[in-house]
Amino acid sequence: MRATVNGETMELPEGLTVSTLLQHLGVRAERVAVERNGEVVKQARHREQTLTPGDRLEIVTFVGGG
Amino acid sequence: MDELVLGGHRFTSRLVVGTGKYKDFPTMQAALQASGAQMVTVAVRRLDLQARGEASLLHWIPKDMVLLPNTAGCFNADDAVRTCRLARELHLGGENPLVKLEVLSDPKTLLPDAEETIKAAKQLVSEGFRVLPYTNDDPVAARKLEDAGCAAVMPLGAPIGSGLGLRNPYSLQMILDQAKVPVIVDAGVGTASDCALCMELGVSGLLVNTAISGANDPVAMARAMKLATEAGRLAYLAGRIPRKLYGSASSPLAGVIGAA
Repeated sequence: MRATVNGETMELPEGLTVSTLLQHLGVRAERVAVERNGEVVKQARHREQTLTPGDRLEIVTFVGGG
Repeated sequence: MDELVLGGHRFTSRLVVGTGKYKDFPTMQAALQASGAQMVTVAVRRLDLQARGEASLLHWIPKDMVLLPNTAGCFNADDAVRTCRLARELHLGGENPLVKLEVLSDPKTLLPDAEETIKAAKQLVSEGFRVLPYTNDDPVAARKLEDAGCAAVMPLGAPIGSGLGLRNPYSLQMILDQAKVPVIVDAGVGTASDCALCMELGVSGLLVNTAISGANDPVAMARAMKLATEAGRLAYLAGRIPRKLYGSASSPLAGVIGAA
């Protein structure tokens, strides 16, 4: 299944949830926030949302800034 | 106690500092501490999926400092609103977090886009954010942002990172005269005297990043800014003498020896 993660098109296993996507990418959920197709997915709902082909995901964190 | 009250938080320090452009995290941490700041800005960016085990910024920010997520790098209201929603999800600041709203117009001047900033501010206020908007030194834009329900207004002194200091003190005075929310000068400070000057005019606080992180000795500059901010605030509260064109003796004129 193809989806776009942080602007990059990726081939991902079928049936991933947001939670298992983060595991697949080696990302710790408590350090990031996730947006799926323009809407924030709250951490409590990471297990409930199953990805579909063509999804656009943003995985963000805090960095230094002014 | 002379406190700055902002969106439900009470601060004894009036200097807010950024966390960008430091050469390394230990220097940043030392500068944050030297600044005496109680609130620091952070940016929201895509996680680098290749960089495993990357050092976390938050690990280096003292735990008692309030985080102020910004929307730096956004050039339209929609991206700024999305960034704030992500920041709320990232942040343990509750459902009504403080956010620094910054919507820029072009990458060369980095000047704010007032129209998009006001649009984003209205949306964010309706979603419960406590919005601190970066804005031009334009009293009209500042009033509209205040009317939109922002918790403060943050006019620039000069373009971001320019270090030009306060370019238009008269516009700032107009903003101060009308504002019923705190006015914080965000951007343009170059050195400590700029902090003192802004504070002497009566602003409620300052937001400084590049002038500290880009100094030869960021830790020393952070302390200089802390002292200048405090000095300027004290001078404002003390009330300066009026300016006069001609001299006015400070010693008695009578009783000088040799007088007729």
